[in-house]
Amino acid sequence: MTTLSKKKKHEGLITGPSFFWLLIFFIIPTLIVFAIAFKPATPFGGIGEGWTLGTLFDLRNPNYPAIIWRTVWLSLVSTVVCLLLAVPCGYCIARAPKRLRDVLLLLVIVPFWTNFLIRIFAWKVLLHPEGMLKQALVFLHLCSPDATLLYNPFTVLLVIIYTYLPFAILPVYAAAEKFDYSLIEAARDLGASQFRAFTRIFLPGISRGVWTALLMVFIPALGSYVIPDIVGGPGSEMIGNKIAQRTFVDRNLPHASALSALLTLAVMVPLMITLVNHYRQPVVQRKGKGAAQ
Amino acid sequence: MSDFLVFEGVSKHYGDIRAVDSVSFSVNKGEIFSLLGPSGCGKTTLLRCCAGFEDPDAGRIILDGRDITGLPPHERKVNTVFQNYALFPHLTIRENIAFGPRMARWTKGEIDKEVSRMLELIQMEDYAGRKVTEISGGQKQRVAIARALINRPQVLLLDEPLAALDLKLRQRMLVDLDAIHDEVGITFVYVTHDQGEAMGISDRIAAMNRGRIEQIGSPAEIYEAPRSSFVAAFIGDTNFFDGTVTGVLDGSYCRLKIEGFPDVLAWNDKGLQTGNAVHLSLRPEKFKISREKPDEASSLNVVQGTVEDVIYLGSHTKYWVRVDDYRLGVNQQHRHYLLDTRPIIWGETVWLSWFADDSCMLERYKAEDENLLVLPDMEEESVPE
Repeated sequence: MTTLSKKKKHEGLITGPSFFWLLIFFIIPTLIVFAIAFKPATPFGGIGEGWTLGTLFDLRNPNYPAIIWRTVWLSLVSTVVCLLLAVPCGYCIARAPKRLRDVLLLLVIVPFWTNFLIRIFAWKVLLHPEGMLKQALVFLHLCSPDATLLYNPFTVLLVIIYTYLPFAILPVYAAAEKFDYSLIEAARDLGASQFRAFTRIFLPGISRGVWTALLMVFIPALGSYVIPDIVGGPGSEMIGNKIAQRTFVDRNLPHASALSALLTLAVMVPLMITLVNHYRQPVVQRKGKGAAQ
Repeated sequence: MSDFLVFEGVSKHYGDIRAVDSVSFSVNKGEIFSLLGPSGCGKTTLLRCCAGFEDPDAGRIILDGRDITGLPPHERKVNTVFQNYALFPHLTIRENIAFGPRMARWTKGEIDKEVSRMLELIQMEDYAGRKVTEISGGQKQRVAIARALINRPQVLLLDEPLAALDLKLRQRMLVDLDAIHDEVGITFVYVTHDQGEAMGISDRIAAMNRGRIEQIGSPAEIYEAPRSSFVAAFIGDTNFFDGTVTGVLDGSYCRLKIEGFPDVLAWNDKGLQTGNAVHLSLRPEKFKISREKPDEASSLNVVQGTVEDVIYLGSHTKYWVRVDDYRLGVNQQHRHYLLDTRPIIWGETVWLSWFADDSCMLERYKAEDENLLVLPDMEEESVPE
C-alpha cells in the first residue's frame, strides 16, 4: 500500500506542472468566458454588475441557426475530405523509401514556414477573376469566365481543407509508420483482398492516428474565422466571425462569451463521449491481463 | 501422392543479388518438408513466392496440378504461419482465428463450430475472448497455426515458426506441431535455419545455400550421406579429409593416401579410380577414442594423435585430437558410469579408429565451408557470423 501511495505521489509531482499550466491558461479562462455569458453588457463595451440570463435569450437571433448549420457542415465536410486525403497520403509516406519519405514529410511541413495569413491571401490571388488558377481553369474550359471562385462557402471549404490537411496527414503518418505491415500480408494470406486488408486491418491499426487527425481538423475548423473573413463572402460567415464581430464591432462581451460557450459545449460534449469510449478500451485490456497472471 | 507441390526452375533476384537461383523440387502430399539453410540462403524467399508475396522472375510453382505462379495471395489454397506470428492486435483470439472464414464468407454457424474445434485442437478454449497482447509467445504461436489451419489449406507454410521462442518451449512446440500435423494431415513446408528443428520434425529436408538446393533427402540421409561439404558442415559437425585414391579394392572399398595418415580405407560409393582426388567427411561420433591401440580388424582405420582440447558435456565429451596437420573433432559417448573410469584428458596420446564404411565421400567440396564447423581452429580467433 505504501508503494502505491508513493507512486501516486510521484505521478502527482510529474503531472503537477502541466496541470497548473492547463488550469491557469485553459480551464480558468474558459470558466471566465462561461461566467461572462451570464453578465449584463454595458453600453460602453464593459461588463455590468449582477447576473442575468438575458444574454442567453439574445442568442435566439434569427440569423444564427443558418450560421451554426453552415459552421457545422463546413467543418464536417472539411474533416471528412482531410481524412480521405490524409489516410492514403500517410500510408504512402510511411511506405516510401527512407530518403523519399524525408522529402515528402518536408513537403507536408513546408507550408508552416509561411505565415498563415499570407497563405490565405495567396489563395485570394490564385482564385481572383484575373488570378492564375481561374485563368487556367477558363483556358481548359473547366469553368466559365463569369464564374466567381472567391467569396462563397466552397472557397471557404477549399481553404479550410488546404490549411488543416497537414495536421491530418502528420498523425496518420505517425500511426502508419508504426504499423506492422506483415499484418497486411497475413490478412492477404488469409483470403482478404487488398481492399479488405486495408479496411479490416490497416484502418483499425491506425485508428488512434485517424482519431487524432479528426480532432486536429474538426476543432480548429469549427472555430475558424480568419478564413471565412478573407476568402468568404457575406453568405459564408461562420460562428467564429459572429463571435469576432460581437467582440470587436458591437463591443458586447457577454454576447460573444455566450456564443463562445455554446461553441465550446457543442465541441466538448460529443468529444468527451468519444474520447472516453475510445480510451477506455486499453484500460479494460490491462485489467484482463492482470487477471490472467 | 508425389509431386503435390512443384517448384520448376524458380528464380528470384533482388537487384544484383540472386536470392533464389533456378530451384526445382517437389513436395509430396501430407509430408513435412523443410527448407533448411543459413540466413540469406533464399529459403524465406522461396516460401514467399509460394505464398504469393513475391513473384518469381522465372519458373513456375504448381500446386495439385494447377499453376499458381502469379496468383495473388488470397486466391491460393496456401496459408502461412509467420515468424513474428502477425496476429491482429485489435481482434480477440476467437476473431483472429475466424478471420479467414469470414473473408471466405462462411456461414456464422459454420465459423463458430470450426473456430471452437480449432481452439480445442490448440487447447486454448479458455482464452478465446482474450486479446492478442494478453497471451504468451507459445500461445500466440498456436493461435497463428490455428488461424492458418482453419482455412483448410492444401499446404501450410511455416516461416521459422519457433524462432521467437525460448529453447524449452521450442522443443515442446515442435512436439505439438508434429501432433497437429498428424491430426490434420496437411502438407507442411517448414522453413528454418535450425538443423535440430528440421531434423526432428521433417520427413524430408532440402538443404539450401546461396539460393540453391544442395541436397534433398530424409534427415538421416542428409546427415549420414551429405553430398557437399556445405551440407556436411552445416548439418551437424564433421571432419574433412582430402586425399588421393591409391588403389581400388574388391568389395567396393578403396585405399586412400591422406597426408599424415597411414593408408586409409574408405567405402567407395562414388566408384572412384586410382589417382582420383577425394574429399571425405567423417562425423565426430564415428571415431572411437582409446589409450590402447585397438585390435586389428579388416576395414578398421587406426591412427595415433594427441588430445588438444576437451569439452565435457555430460552425455558425451568432445575431444579435439591433433594428427599431423589435421585437428579432428571426436565425440565420445558415455554409455557407462563415468566416475568409475579414468577419462582421457588434455595432452594424452590416444588412438583413434573408425570403420571404412563410416566415412562419406563428398561430390562437391569448398574450403570455406570449414568455417561452418564447430570450433574450427584455435589459432583462428575470428568467428564466422
